[in-house]
Amino acid sequence: MQIYLPIAEVSVNMFVLLGLGGLVGMLSGIFGVGGGFLMTPILIMIGIPPAVAVATEANQIVASSFSGVLAHFKRKTVDIKMGLILMLGGLVGATLGVQIFKYLKSIGQVELLVTLSYVVFLGLVGGMMFVESLNAIRRSGKPGALPKKKKHNWIHGLPFKTRFRTSGLYISVIPPIVVGVAVGILAAIMGVGGGFIMVPAMIYMLGMPTKVVVGTSLFQIIFVTAYTTLSHAMQNYTVDGILAVLLILGGVIGAQIGTRIGVKLKAEQLRILLAAMVLLMCGKLALDLLLMPSELFSIGTGGH
Amino acid sequence: MLRILIAAVTLLATPLLAQEDVVVDLSQNRVDITATFAGSNIFVFGAVKREAPLPEGTGPLDVAIVIEGPLETVTVRKKEKKLGIWVNSDSVEVHEAPSFFTIATTRPLEDMLTEGDRRDYAIGLDFAVRPQGPTQGDVESFAEAVSRIRQDEGLYSQREEIVNLTEDTLFEADIRLPANLVEGDYNVRIYLVRDKNIVSDASVGIEVRKAGLEAWLYNLSREYALLYGLLSIFVALAAGYGASEAFRRLKR
Repeated sequence: MQIYLPIAEVSVNMFVLLGLGGLVGMLSGIFGVGGGFLMTPILIMIGIPPAVAVATEANQIVASSFSGVLAHFKRKTVDIKMGLILMLGGLVGATLGVQIFKYLKSIGQVELLVTLSYVVFLGLVGGMMFVESLNAIRRSGKPGALPKKKKHNWIHGLPFKTRFRTSGLYISVIPPIVVGVAVGILAAIMGVGGGFIMVPAMIYMLGMPTKVVVGTSLFQIIFVTAYTTLSHAMQNYTVDGILAVLLILGGVIGAQIGTRIGVKLKAEQLRILLAAMVLLMCGKLALDLLLMPSELFSIGTGGH
Repeated sequence: MLRILIAAVTLLATPLLAQEDVVVDLSQNRVDITATFAGSNIFVFGAVKREAPLPEGTGPLDVAIVIEGPLETVTVRKKEKKLGIWVNSDSVEVHEAPSFFTIATTRPLEDMLTEGDRRDYAIGLDFAVRPQGPTQGDVESFAEAVSRIRQDEGLYSQREEIVNLTEDTLFEADIRLPANLVEGDYNVRIYLVRDKNIVSDASVGIEVRKAGLEAWLYNLSREYALLYGLLSIFVALAAGYGASEAFRRLKR
């Protein structure tokens, strides 16, 4: 059944959107990532204008993250204090991100920036996670070879230390704020929650225990994406209500199923699967940049 | 006296051709884009009015119907390979590019009209986009790109021999408007052609508007952006909570 999207001004198949929402929602529940890094490029591929895809996807992530975080609250796997500090950084970053997006849209380079950011970040994060989880799996095969103790690196030398009880950490607030700002910028530009960067950053840079990472990431993503949605709605008029509702409907159901599957998987399996998916999307987008496009011209609306 | 004068002027204006006028109407003057809008069909029909019988030796009559969306200025960008990757580089503003353009005829266009007339009256896909003013650099290829991309999207089309003409008097055509239509004031132009000359023309408007939920959401997003943004977030949170609750109960 075709449905006309009022803001995107295109007609798309309703069931395709519902199905996409469900699939991506499920992955988001399993891995604790918003799934935006998959959904935004797919939406653009099926003909939704990039600006609308990015803004509407932020709105969908609000729903899937909220649905997911409720399950984590019940299991007490959310570090609220850490989440709030990350969020503060995230709001600053999102404000910057929307401005950058607006500027690049006016000079016609938004598509390039979005694709380049995807290739670079997906490649880095995916590669790192892949190697790391391969090592972890190999280690667990050999009895007696315990993982190394937590390193005492430069991060522990920074001022403004505070205690994060849920995570069992005593570290400076500076690294979480910096991580928050960086992920906030990406959230606004790429139409993602930033979980795929946030989760590894929390594990490898902040040294948080894996079991609280997913819940805490989802918790702060809600605020940052809600804020991004509002900014895009007010400055770029690109949030499509009907598109969002269809993606959300599929997404929230998928997320619930995903969260339950996620509990049953081992952390290493989870990580290697996520890494493989991230790398796959990265490769696809890199090819788009490297291969000669079949149509060299593109139409943007409006003059100057 | 006055009547004679008018008759004389009319005769002078068309000394050789017999007076033929086109009368036209549409099945609808308004297209509503609703949530389930999947395109629409416009039925164009009309008749040829003649004051006197045709002189001997006149060629066959042909009809061309053009439906055109509002003219807009678009920025067209061209990709180039820089540092190994394909990026947007040159851009040109193309003026007077209709958002939608379709043409229906009784015969292949090239057989009906001269290139000059097709260009002057914007009849035909190659003349749908009309870059204006001094031609700066390579505007031509950018204008062609607009036409090509929009043909791929189904927004520009040319359908020859789909206008039915009966006894050189009555004509009709069923013209499809696609689902990816945008709002605006559309214009339907009808041309009567004889011996490669346009003998009469007429035009009718079609209003294409978003309706119902579509119109409400669109207007809300433009006029009350803050409220629209908050509403979007509220719907997302409610849906997230609803799904979580529903599944919790399902499990029990």
